Amino acid sequence: MFRLIIQYCFSITDIHASVIGLRSSGITRSIQDWLSGMMPEATAQIVGMVIIALIYLGIFSVAGLFLVLIERRVAAWFQLRIGPNRVGFQGLLQTMADALKLVSKELTGTERADKFLYNLAPYFVIISALMALGLIPFTKAFQAFDINIGIFFLIAISSIGVIGILLGGWASNNKFALIGAMRSGVQTISYELSVGLSLLTMILLTGSLQLSEIVEVQKNGWLIVQGHIPAIIAFMIFMIAGTAETNRAPFDMVEAESELGAGFHTEYSGMKFAYFFLAEFINMFIIAAIATTVFFGAWLSPFGITESIPILGVFWFLAKAMVLVFLMMWFRWTFPRLRVDQLLTLEWKYLLPINLANIVIMAFIVWQKLIIQI
Amino acid sequence: METETLNNNFKSEEYFINMGPQHPATHGVLRLLLTIDGEIIKKVEPDLGYIHRSIEKMCERDSYQQIVHLTDRMDYLSSHINNEAVCLTVENALQLEIPERVKVIRTIIGELTRIASHCLWWGVMGMDVGALSTFFYGFRDREMINDIFEETCGARLTMNYNVPGGLMWDIHPNFINRVKKFVAHFKTKIPEYDQLLTGNIIFQKRTKGVGVLSKEDAISFGVSGPVARGSGYSCDVRKYHPYSALDRVTFNEALQTEGDTFARYQVRIQELWESLSIIEQLIDNIPEGEHRVATNAVIKLPKGEFYQKVETARGELGVYIISTGTKNPYRLKFRSPGFSNLSALNHIAVGGKIGDLVATMATLDLVIPDIDR
Repeated sequence: MFRLIIQYCFSITDIHASVIGLRSSGITRSIQDWLSGMMPEATAQIVGMVIIALIYLGIFSVAGLFLVLIERRVAAWFQLRIGPNRVGFQGLLQTMADALKLVSKELTGTERADKFLYNLAPYFVIISALMALGLIPFTKAFQAFDINIGIFFLIAISSIGVIGILLGGWASNNKFALIGAMRSGVQTISYELSVGLSLLTMILLTGSLQLSEIVEVQKNGWLIVQGHIPAIIAFMIFMIAGTAETNRAPFDMVEAESELGAGFHTEYSGMKFAYFFLAEFINMFIIAAIATTVFFGAWLSPFGITESIPILGVFWFLAKAMVLVFLMMWFRWTFPRLRVDQLLTLEWKYLLPINLANIVIMAFIVWQKLIIQI
Repeated sequence: METETLNNNFKSEEYFINMGPQHPATHGVLRLLLTIDGEIIKKVEPDLGYIHRSIEKMCERDSYQQIVHLTDRMDYLSSHINNEAVCLTVENALQLEIPERVKVIRTIIGELTRIASHCLWWGVMGMDVGALSTFFYGFRDREMINDIFEETCGARLTMNYNVPGGLMWDIHPNFINRVKKFVAHFKTKIPEYDQLLTGNIIFQKRTKGVGVLSKEDAISFGVSGPVARGSGYSCDVRKYHPYSALDRVTFNEALQTEGDTFARYQVRIQELWESLSIIEQLIDNIPEGEHRVATNAVIKLPKGEFYQKVETARGELGVYIISTGTKNPYRLKFRSPGFSNLSALNHIAVGGKIGDLVATMATLDLVIPDIDR
C-alpha cells in the first residue's frame, strides 16, 4: 500500500515535471542525489522535498523576524528614537522574544466567527509567501525549484495571499475586519495588473519567464541598464504596485490603524496574528527579491568583480534586496496613507495607462535593438 | 423587470458601525455611531459621557482657589489657559489690580501652551492620515516646552501655575533663557514640519476639499478657534477682547477662507508662527515686580454674574460664574470650545469616506475631557 502511494506521488511529480518543466535545480537536486544513495528514488524525491520545505520554513521565520527587527530599527531612526537594543547584541533577539511571547499567548477568537475559515485564513497567507520564497534565486545553486514559467508562477502565487486576508476579514465576524478585507480585495485585484504588466515589460527584454535565464541575460548588464528609460519606468511602477500588493504604507488601507483599528486581523491573536505579521514582512522581501532578480541582476556582482566565488552571490543578492527593502521602509515611515478611492484612481487612471504605453516603448526598443549592453 | 431584479440583488444596505469609545482616531473616549453605506458616511452621531466627571457641579462645592485646579482636567492640553480663564473671572469680579509682571508671564506661558498643544495636534494629525513619524517630531518640540514648564511650575501637563491674584510663585531664573532658546530652535523646526507633511502630495490630496465648513455654518454651529478661522470667520478672542498682556502685542489673526481640512491645518501652522512672535515681543520686556497680589484666604465674590472668555488652543473658552456672595459659586458654567466644534462634525463629514472622517476629526482637534467635562 505504502509503495503504491509513493509510486502515485512520484507519478504526479513526474507529470508536473513534464507539464510545467519542473527542474529540481541546484540545492534540491543535490539533496535528492545525496538521499537517493540511501533509499529508493521515489522516497528520496519525497524526503528531499520535505527537507527543502523545512529549510525554507527556517529561512522564512528567521528572515521574517530579522526583517521585523530591521523595520523597527529603521523606524526608530526615522523617528528620532533608538529602537530595540536591549535583548541580545543591539536588540538582535528582540523579535525572537516577541515571537516567543506570541507563541505562548492564548488564541482567542470571536464567538460567532466561522471557525473553520477563521483558522484557515493565516495559512493561505503564509503558504503563498513560502511558495514564492522557493522561487527566489539567492545564487545559481540556491533556488528550490526553477520552472520555465517562473515570473508567471510568482504573480499567480502572490495573489493567493489575498484570499487569506479576505477569508480572515470575513470569517472574523467583525465589521472593521470586513471593511479591511474588502479594501484588500479591491486593492490587490487592481495592483496585480501593474505588477504583472511592469514585469511583462521586462520579459520583452529577456524573452524568457524562467528566473535562471532572466539572470543569465543580465551578464551583459543589469536589465535596468539594458532597458534604460522604459526599464526605469517599469521599476518605479513595480515598486509602487509592489508596495500596494504587500499592503504596506502608504497603501495600508487593509490595516489603516487610524481608521479601522487593526483592519482584517483585528480578531486574531497569538501565533495566528504572528503568521499574518510575518507574512507581511516576507512578502515585502519577496517584492524586493523579484525586483532584484528582474532589474538588478539577482546574484550577479557589479561588473563581475566576484564572478569566481559563486557563494558571494548570496551576499550580492541580499545586499541589493535589502536596499530595496529599505526603500519600502522609507516609504512607510514618511508618507501619509492614501484614501481608498485615491488608491484606485492612482492605479486605473495613472499607473495602468503609463504601463501600457511603457510596454509599447519597450517593444519598440527591443525591435530596434536600442538595448544598452556592457 | 430584469434590471429591477438585478438592482434588488445588488442593493446596498446601510449599516452601523461603532467608532469608539476605544478607537485610535477618536483620541480618547469619544464614541461615534456611524451609519455607513460601503465606505461612504451617511450619518455621524457622537455619543458623549464616557469621561463625564461633573466638573461644573464640583465647582459649586469648591472654593475659588480649588476651582482653578479642576479646570486643568478639562482641556488638558491648554491647562494653563483654562486656569487663567477662571483666575481672570475671579479677579475681574474682585476688581483686583494685577501686576504687569503677572500679566506678561501669563501671556508668555499661555502662548507656549498653545504651541505645545499645536505640536501635539500636528503629530497626531499626521498619524491620523497615516504618516506615523510626525508624532515623534511633534513630541520632540513639545517636550522642550514641557521641560520649561516643569522647571518653572513644577508640573508638565496640569500646571496649576495660576492662582486668583497672580501666579503661584515667580518664574525660574533659567526661564527667559530657555524660552529664547526654544523660540530659536522652533523657528527652524516649523519649516521641517512643512517639509515632512504640508508639502506632501498625498497629504494635500487627503485634506484639500475634505470636510468643508462654510463661514455661515461655522457661525451657526458656534464653532470657534482655528476651526472657525479656517472657514474665514474672524473670531480670535485675543484680538477682539484682549486679556492679560495681549493688548500690547501685535500679531496677525491666522485666517483661511477655504473651510476645508487643509485650511484648518494651515491656520494652526500659521498660529505657531504668531505665537512665536508674541513670545518674542514679550520675553525681553518682563517687568519687575510682585508675582502675586494678596487676596483673602477665603475669597468671596460679590453677588452677581461674571463672564470671561479666553482663547485656548482649541477656541473660545468661556467661564460664567453666578455668585450669591458666598465662598462658593452658586453656579459655574464652562463654554468649552470642543463641544461646539464637535457639533459641526456630522454636517461636514457626511458624504465622505471613512478616511475623510478621520482626517476631518483630526483637524477639529477634539480633546474629549473638554467636551464631557
